[in-house]
Amino acid sequence: MKIPKLLQAVLVLAIVYYGFILVFDVILDHVIPSSLLTMYMFFVVAGVFMVFTATEESTRELVGPIKALVEDPSKKTIRNVVFVILPLLAGWYTYGKTSLSFEAPVELRTIHPAPPSSMKAYGKRYDVIKLENPLRKLEKEDPKKFKEHVAAGAKVYIQNCHFCHGDKLDGRGPYAAGLNPTPANFQDIGTIAQLQESYLFWRIATGGPGLPKEAAPWISSMPIWQNFLSEEEIWQVILFLYDYTGYQPRSFGHE
Amino acid sequence: MKFKNQNRWGITVAGVALLALVFFLTPLSFSGEFFDIAAQAAEQAAEPAAENSAEKTEGAEAASPYGPAPKTTLASYPTVKGVNSRLVIWLVAQLHLWFAAFVLAVPIFVFIIEAIGMRTRDRRYDNMAYEFIKVSITAYSLTAILGGLLLFSLMLFYPDLWSYLATIFKDSMFWYAVLFFAESACLYLYYYGWHWLQGGDRKWVHLTIGLLLNAVGTMLMFLANSWLTFMMSPEGVDAAGVFAGDIWPAIQNHLWNPINLHRVVANVAFGGSIVGAYAAFKFLSSSRAKDRAHYDWMGYNANFIAISALLPLPFAGYYLTTEIYAFSQQMGITLMGGIFAWLFIIQAVLIGALFLSANYYLWCCMGRSDGAVRYYKYIKYIAIVIVAAFLVWFTPHTLVLTNEELKALGGPYHKYVGPFGIMPAKNTAVNLMILATFVSFLFYRRANKIATVSWVNAGNAAQVALFLVGVVNIFILGVYYGYFTNTVYKIAASIPQVCTTLTIIVASILIDSFMYRNSKEVAPLKWGRVPERSQYALFLLAVSFTWLMGLMGYIRSGIRQHWHVVDIMRDNSADAFTPTMGFAANVVSIGTIIFLSMVIFVFWLSQISAKKTEPENYWVPEAVDGMAAGGGKG
Repeated sequence: MKIPKLLQAVLVLAIVYYGFILVFDVILDHVIPSSLLTMYMFFVVAGVFMVFTATEESTRELVGPIKALVEDPSKKTIRNVVFVILPLLAGWYTYGKTSLSFEAPVELRTIHPAPPSSMKAYGKRYDVIKLENPLRKLEKEDPKKFKEHVAAGAKVYIQNCHFCHGDKLDGRGPYAAGLNPTPANFQDIGTIAQLQESYLFWRIATGGPGLPKEAAPWISSMPIWQNFLSEEEIWQVILFLYDYTGYQPRSFGHE
Repeated sequence: MKFKNQNRWGITVAGVALLALVFFLTPLSFSGEFFDIAAQAAEQAAEPAAENSAEKTEGAEAASPYGPAPKTTLASYPTVKGVNSRLVIWLVAQLHLWFAAFVLAVPIFVFIIEAIGMRTRDRRYDNMAYEFIKVSITAYSLTAILGGLLLFSLMLFYPDLWSYLATIFKDSMFWYAVLFFAESACLYLYYYGWHWLQGGDRKWVHLTIGLLLNAVGTMLMFLANSWLTFMMSPEGVDAAGVFAGDIWPAIQNHLWNPINLHRVVANVAFGGSIVGAYAAFKFLSSSRAKDRAHYDWMGYNANFIAISALLPLPFAGYYLTTEIYAFSQQMGITLMGGIFAWLFIIQAVLIGALFLSANYYLWCCMGRSDGAVRYYKYIKYIAIVIVAAFLVWFTPHTLVLTNEELKALGGPYHKYVGPFGIMPAKNTAVNLMILATFVSFLFYRRANKIATVSWVNAGNAAQVALFLVGVVNIFILGVYYGYFTNTVYKIAASIPQVCTTLTIIVASILIDSFMYRNSKEVAPLKWGRVPERSQYALFLLAVSFTWLMGLMGYIRSGIRQHWHVVDIMRDNSADAFTPTMGFAANVVSIGTIIFLSMVIFVFWLSQISAKKTEPENYWVPEAVDGMAAGGGKG
């Protein structure tokens, strides 16, 4: 039996929609955000529509039942039912999207605030664009010394940072559940792997209050670590972050 | 050879044109004494600004006759009651740019189409080229009017910035004005001389004028690009903004060439899409089969131009963005990871819409030939690749989550879709989208023919192998180098990805053209036999391009944030803040509507210019008859 085109289109859309939910929410156990699913489905609908109307014959088959529903006098009853149900569905959807709820509004948090071109810490001014980790060169020049700095960085991290950023550096420390936005996940490919070390130095040294005024208000519980750690300790902990995650800091020169 | 005795004139005129080009391009010409008058005028204009500046870099001033960048206050920005100066500049600059992009792009492909017409002696190409340039001629005067309006607005609302830029770029600004005259002269000669300069040497002269028109137009754009890129990545000045006196480093600043490249390619794509919309407009409003066939053919060619330029555009954009990052991590992060990142999601959606509409148009157009039936079954697979790649293309890295989803995921990142949010995934996706679009084109090209060469199976197998190996390579480069190596290789891997895509396209075209040489036509292409919905795909293409340019123009300019000239001249006006995304999107959308309304007006003008109305009993018949007889009153 040949399935009518219109039904085919509806079935394809339903399979894709529930396929996303099945794969992400059930099999992978990581919900697919409703905002993302809406965007995905919008373009899946566009794609399905394009395929089904690419040829004249297919278009006629797709539109045929709809035309018949509207124009054929023998379909009066079903037409009336559809013309009542469709506006009700649209109204129900609109009501669901616009009605007030106790849910806090969603937040468009910008994860990477842009660093200033220069910053003040430890009583001096740093050029953030040109700033480099002074210990990084030891990686090649004196690997043993480099490892000592990484170990010192690990110590600093466990004593100060893991409470929020987690002992696996995945942003899931014991305090993380109490914070919104949640602490940065350094294991994610989109955080420190994308950044130069100078950026990390700026964020650690100046903390939440050091975030740029231009894009305020920022929400960050990050302390001003220059008040608690030495300059060298910050550079050491940066070495540790990259060493533990296996990422290399962003740079524009080849090794 | 056909051209053997015809190219004397062409070579002579082309030689003169090239000499003129070399002269214009020589940077030394910017320091000629001839332009001292203009320089003095600009310096005089700059003096009050320098006097107003609160601080002066004494050491630098001792070495340079130029002052530091003006330090403005709120009082430095004149206001006009009821007018928002930033909004005026924003909209006028954007409208000027849209029209300028259109009038710079059209002569590029008109020149190519005219040359094709000369080579093939197919008059249809010449007629089409003429119709294209006819559309752009009204747009040319609108470009000039908007340019004048932009200049006045800048001088009125941002006098200190204008003075500062004029101090540095006085020579190039003078040249710009001179070149504008040259461009007008070339364009008018090219357009009004079209039917006069036909055949033999005359046609060569005409084509050479077209070449000159393009050379002058491109130079104009490059000069204007240097001013705006200087504002983003200033060079040739010290930290206080004191101009060193040599204009060349200021012109050739870090972002100049990336913008030049990006704009040339984007202009061609944009111009093609607007002309495609014109053809669609004419197709839908024509009732005669002959006209519909003509405008269908015109729309197809315009779409072909737009898509040919669209394919390399993501690479040019990636190059520009990489250079922005390389110039300033701060600017790069603001652009793609910071406050402008969400606008990039809208950009991704619009680019996807471009690819979808381009493919849809090709699929619909396959119906011109009955031979296309053989390829219909593949359309759904192409669509799956394009839609899947598109979903990856616009997936944001940081998701918009409800609190419930945030808790369930344990943070704003998603373990499985999060990796789609960074560039390696997006580069892979866009390369696949480009290849899928190319496959659509390949099927369209084959729709009406059958290859007759003996090695047809081997040829097809080679093409399939080429695609398979290429796609695997794109995946390896995207996944391995994108996620399992450091950032340097991640960025560098995008280049071999692009090369792979281009290799597949070029090699496949080569194989196809040899394979379909002396092919048999199974069913002829019937121009005009396309569904009307395909023409709306052409409209969508033009609207998406326009919207996209407006959006990206705002982002490019907006990443300077509170600086007129980054790190050198601060914006202290009341509007120095970065507007909300909603406000920015509204302004861009309103600009798009204004531009498209003006474009429809241009289309309408070209339509009425071809119409003649003969009113009954309006003119005195004797007067006309008398003139015809050589008489007349008085």
